[in-house]
Amino acid sequence: MRVIVNGREMMLDGGLSLRDLIASVHADPAVVVAELNRNIVPSSAFSETMLQDGDRVELLSFVGGG
Amino acid sequence: MEQTDTFELGGRALTSRLFTGTGKYGDDGLIPAVCEASGSQVITVALRRVDLDKGADNVMRHIPGHMTLLPNTSGARTADEAVRIARLARAMGCGNWIKIEVISDNLYLLPDGYETVRATEILAREGFVVLPYMNPDLYVARSLANAGAAAIMPLGAPIGTNRGLRTEEMIRILIEEMSLPIIVDAGIGTPSQACQAMEMGAHACLVNTAIATAADPIGMARAFGQAVQAGRRAYLAGLGSVAALARASSPLTGFLDQEEGGI
Repeated sequence: MRVIVNGREMMLDGGLSLRDLIASVHADPAVVVAELNRNIVPSSAFSETMLQDGDRVELLSFVGGG
Repeated sequence: MEQTDTFELGGRALTSRLFTGTGKYGDDGLIPAVCEASGSQVITVALRRVDLDKGADNVMRHIPGHMTLLPNTSGARTADEAVRIARLARAMGCGNWIKIEVISDNLYLLPDGYETVRATEILAREGFVVLPYMNPDLYVARSLANAGAAAIMPLGAPIGTNRGLRTEEMIRILIEEMSLPIIVDAGIGTPSQACQAMEMGAHACLVNTAIATAADPIGMARAFGQAVQAGRRAYLAGLGSVAALARASSPLTGFLDQEEGGI
C-alpha cells in the first residue's frame, strides 16, 4: 500500500499499524506525536491504528527551539 | 523577598522570572547545566517532523523534569497552522502551555498580530495556557487579553539579533496599560538588557539566542539569572526619579574653610 509519511511516499506492506510504522523509522513512540489524515492519534491508540492505502501520516517530535 | 515575589502563571507559582529556550545549542547536552545555572523554570521547544532516515530527535531527554514545558508553534504562518501545531504539542502529554508564534516574514521573523489573536481565541477556548509572541502593539495586546491569553510576550528586537530592547518605549506603554503579565521575548542580547526589562516592570524575560550562542552558555545562563533577579529587585525597591540637573548627594553647607554666612 502507498502511504505518505512526512511528505514522503512510502510503499508499505499491508497490516501495518502506526506503531509498526514508527518503529520502522527507528523512532521511539514515547516521544512521537502522530497525525493520520489530519486527525491526531493518541499514543495509546498507536498499536491498534492500522494504516491503509492512501493514508497521509505526520510523525513529529520535540526539538530545540526558542 | 524571594518567598513572596512569585509569578503566578498558568496555575504555577514561578520563582524564576527567566524563561529559557532550547534552540541553537551547538551541543544539546549543555541544556541541563544551563537550566540549573539560570534557575529557569520554563523552557521552550519546537515541534518538527521526525527525520525518517535518522529517527526522532528528542530534546526532552535534556530537559530537567521539574521544568514547565512551553512548546512553540514555530513554522506556523497562519492561525490554523498554529492551532494544528498546538494540538499536536499537547498530544505529547507534557502539559498544555503553548507559545503562539505565527510568522510569515522570513527576514525579520516578525509575528503576525491578526493571526496570533485568532489562534489565541481558539486555543484559550480549548483550555491551553496561551503565551502569544507579538509586536508591542497596544491594540493587539488588548485583543490578546480579550481572547484569553495568560500573558503577552512582546519582542525587544527581532529573534536572534541580540539587538536589545529596541522597542523599549512601546514595551513601557504595554507595562503601563496592561494588567496582563508582560514577558519580554526575543532580541535580548545581554544580561543588562534583561535587567533593564525587569527594572521597567516586565514580569519575566525569555532568552534563547544570547545564552545558547555564548562562548560559555552555562556562564551566560548564570549571568542572565542574576540579571533578571537584580532587575526585579530594583523594580520592587522603587527606582529613583531621573532629572536633567544635578542634585548634590552631599550637604551643601558646613564646608571646611567656608566664609561666614555660607557660600
